[in-house]
Amino acid sequence: MENYDVIIVGCGPAGLRAAKVLAENKINVLALDKKQEIGVPVRCGEGLGLGWFKRLNLKPNSAWAVQPIKGAALYSPTGKKVEIRFEEVSGYILERRMFEKYLAREAALKGACIKVKHHVLDVKRKGSKVEVFGKYLGDEFKYSANIIIAADGVDSLTARRLGLNTTNKLVDIDSGFQYEMAGIDFEDPDLIHLYFGNEVAPRGYVWLFPKGDHEANVGVGIAGYREETAKYYLDKFISSRESLAKGSIIHINSGAVPVGGFLDNMVLDNLLVCGDAAHQVDPTHGGGIGLSMEAATIAAEVAVEAIKKVDYSQKFLSRYNKLWYEKRGNALKQRLKARIFMEQLTDDEFDAIADNLSGEDILKLAGGELSEKAKFMARLLIKKPSIAGKIAKSLR
Amino acid sequence: MVKYNQEKCLYCGGCVSVCPVMALELMETYIKYDAKKCINCNSCVKICPVGAFMVEGR
Repeated sequence: MENYDVIIVGCGPAGLRAAKVLAENKINVLALDKKQEIGVPVRCGEGLGLGWFKRLNLKPNSAWAVQPIKGAALYSPTGKKVEIRFEEVSGYILERRMFEKYLAREAALKGACIKVKHHVLDVKRKGSKVEVFGKYLGDEFKYSANIIIAADGVDSLTARRLGLNTTNKLVDIDSGFQYEMAGIDFEDPDLIHLYFGNEVAPRGYVWLFPKGDHEANVGVGIAGYREETAKYYLDKFISSRESLAKGSIIHINSGAVPVGGFLDNMVLDNLLVCGDAAHQVDPTHGGGIGLSMEAATIAAEVAVEAIKKVDYSQKFLSRYNKLWYEKRGNALKQRLKARIFMEQLTDDEFDAIADNLSGEDILKLAGGELSEKAKFMARLLIKKPSIAGKIAKSLR
Repeated sequence: MVKYNQEKCLYCGGCVSVCPVMALELMETYIKYDAKKCINCNSCVKICPVGAFMVEGR
């Protein structure tokens, strides 16, 4: 049986980033994916902020960063528009299938072994190692490793098979559905467009992420426990807008998004979990590419240390928990509170916020200018006292 | 019992992520459903973005 230092299950952004970091450190690494092609099917809105390019040392490449974005237009339930526009490019819409192939090529070039159509069906501890069982085109395979990195996405079973429960509660997950549309009309292809309201998308939003002047990802995320499907909400949104309804759908995809915060513990003996499998998603907007890749970098670096020290224990690997929470923990907990606050808002309250908020205000608020925050809250609470209680509730 | 409609499924695996008893597994282009493990919590029915899971008899 072939033995590796590390076996990565799942070749999305997290798994492929971990593979690259491990290979760069001369670790014997195997990355397996059940799919027959890296990068498909897409289950993502495909937006990535510029800050992540810098943090992850990625250079935007027109092969996969297809549309530069300079800000966002937010639409309240009654259609009031708040525009946030930067002078410089602030992010890109990606072509995920090309992006992930790029990540795979980078990892392979560094020496990682990647195998597609390799479906891991079970993982079991044996002695100090873990054995990985699966099938490739009908034939059984079996490998062993000292460390498993579970990066097998929202539908991860690898960590659960080793005893770490990564199941999402319905209240902590959003249901998403998206059309890539062509031949549609919209303003400002250099902005992302986000539509809020309980009729439009309960707890979430509808997004329009441009991929050119007349093409865009148009999708919706809603709370996972709703009776109506995400598809129902998106179809309703599109059919009420002639500028979209006249276009063609050239790609359909869906996905569930863990927005309830993160696993307190992401390690066991021989196991590190990252990406959607570890719920590494921003709870306010549901984006996870950057967080997943950042966490995968940390997980891989901890794995490199563990292999040097020949210590694959939960105790040693829990350094990954510590480093990740030091880096992102507090910020993401704040963002979870913000989401819990937002999902309590009535459409009426949402409009009141939009009426009292300009794009410049949002930039100041996001920039953390406390005096601006206080002024804004005061202005808002005078007009909509009902919001005060909801702020208090979300901060509990 | 829940009923799975493979023709509706976009194989995103959302249902797998909320199944508390590992009765579901994404097999690349379809969901493998183990009725023996299923506890009829209907989480898969609710999360599915396209309605590929239905409660049988409804």
